[in-house]
Amino acid sequence: MKEEFNIISNLIEENTRVLDVGCGNGDLMKFLQENKTKDIRGLEISKEKVQNCLSKGLTVIEGNAESDLKQFPKSSFDYVILSQTLQAFLNPELVINELLKVGKKVIVTIPNFGYWRVRLQLLFKGTMPVTENLPHEWYNTPNLHMCTIKDFYNFCSSKNIKIFKSIALKKSRISEINKSNLNYKNLDSHLGIFLIES
Amino acid sequence: MNKNIDTKKIIISNPLKLDCGKEINNFPIAYETYGELNSEKSNAILVFHALTGDQYVSGKNPITNKDGWWSYVVGENKPIDTNKFFVICANVIGGCMGSYGPSTINESTGKQIGTDFPIITINDMVNAQYELIKYLEIEKLFAVVGGSMGGMQVLQFVANFPDKAKLAIPIACTSSHSAQNIAFNELGRQAIMADSKWENGFYSNYKLNPDKGLAVARMAAHITYLSEKGLQEKFGRKLQDRDSLRYGFEADFQIESYLRYQGSVFVDRFDANSYLYITRAMDYFDLSKQYKGNLSDAFKETKTKFFVISFTSDWLYPTSENREIVIALNSIGADVGFVEIESDKGHDSFLLDVPSFLKTLGDYINSTYKVINERRI
Repeated sequence: MKEEFNIISNLIEENTRVLDVGCGNGDLMKFLQENKTKDIRGLEISKEKVQNCLSKGLTVIEGNAESDLKQFPKSSFDYVILSQTLQAFLNPELVINELLKVGKKVIVTIPNFGYWRVRLQLLFKGTMPVTENLPHEWYNTPNLHMCTIKDFYNFCSSKNIKIFKSIALKKSRISEINKSNLNYKNLDSHLGIFLIES
Repeated sequence: MNKNIDTKKIIISNPLKLDCGKEINNFPIAYETYGELNSEKSNAILVFHALTGDQYVSGKNPITNKDGWWSYVVGENKPIDTNKFFVICANVIGGCMGSYGPSTINESTGKQIGTDFPIITINDMVNAQYELIKYLEIEKLFAVVGGSMGGMQVLQFVANFPDKAKLAIPIACTSSHSAQNIAFNELGRQAIMADSKWENGFYSNYKLNPDKGLAVARMAAHITYLSEKGLQEKFGRKLQDRDSLRYGFEADFQIESYLRYQGSVFVDRFDANSYLYITRAMDYFDLSKQYKGNLSDAFKETKTKFFVISFTSDWLYPTSENREIVIALNSIGADVGFVEIESDKGHDSFLLDVPSFLKTLGDYINSTYKVINERRI
């Protein structure tokens, strides 16, 4: 988690305006508030988590990214962050489009379903993968649209979304993703982090 | 209504131009304060009361001898901790607890003003209370807070005085009274005016009181403050002090007895004309109309931080109406937080012991106070 926060923080310029979509209990917001910018907002669907955030004095709105991102004006944030949440939406494509409208730049992080440990589970055990990063069983997972680093990379090219930076994370090892190492990074990383723009 | 109790009161000498066109001056504002104003004057919170509230937010209400109306929220070691904050609450104009209202005695006639009192609005109420803040020499409030009609005053206050509060917390309210809201208020007013003792509003001249009408108004309104589920769970079809139906019109059911009781205690503390005037002010409230149909414009000038709160079972000022305020604020990039609190207690949730509400509100106010103070240092 800490590595992911560091990478996201390094992608953000100081004193910019940030929206964290699916901000959970506000850990990333707190981290960025201490390290990068005071001007940070959150959107979160769970009442309990919203209350936790507000208790910490964080500016968070209870709402659903699929319906409530519309209320923010175009380009009203310098960065919009979607950390490990894309796979939980009914319509991820719609959410990405909304994020690209609201934010000048968008940071999306993806738990990689192409990671070799995940692949091996399905291949050898024949059951849906359960890993440290994907801890749920198939019957109770909130993840509706799992994808791989390669899927998201291809999605961006096919939709003409500019990828400014793409970073692969394995344990605490950080590396850049590019066209030539895509297949390898897709196999060897548990998390992909993308800085994109429409 | 016992008017002989010492209330803190100031006389506003500045003329105040009302929305109805009339001008008032030398009028009283009654208020109460809790806690101490710090030397930087940075810890003041102005609380706005709801329709039937008054300035007695916390402690014992000297008129009713009951706890202040927001005792769960305001007091020592409460979410708004009076060990730390200086809390101010004024009786709204139009009210009956010492501020200028229809029961104020007209000195030239020696009689109550009655329905000669001018129609007032939420805007007028807020402008009058701003005079109190000036009198207390508070340059900038830390927060303005209120539920229901108090929340409407919070919105109007920030719109009128964009740089006078650092934090605004409107709770369970709306930016414009809906048809349903107006309908219920009209029901209450008609109940009062249908009482033969109302005498066109001059009942005090005849030593009368339209208490039957006022009690019915209160009973009807009280239903709108609760939720269906809350009512069903608390009362169901339970009978009042009897084992079987009496085949008459006495209060067979507990809910009937409860409502009759609520009506009867209300008439002892509230003036019927005040009820007419204040409900009218609520009905006239339409903040977006004041800004040519664009609610966002009401807040364009402000840097005030907002925290909007609604309750799941509040059907009088439902979450959707509270959300409209959030949307208007977001669309201009204002600093706004929002949560809908889970509660079965209906609109009244903001007045009651709803732990997740009290905790979130208290934590938010305290951590925001800390952050704002740290920034200042």
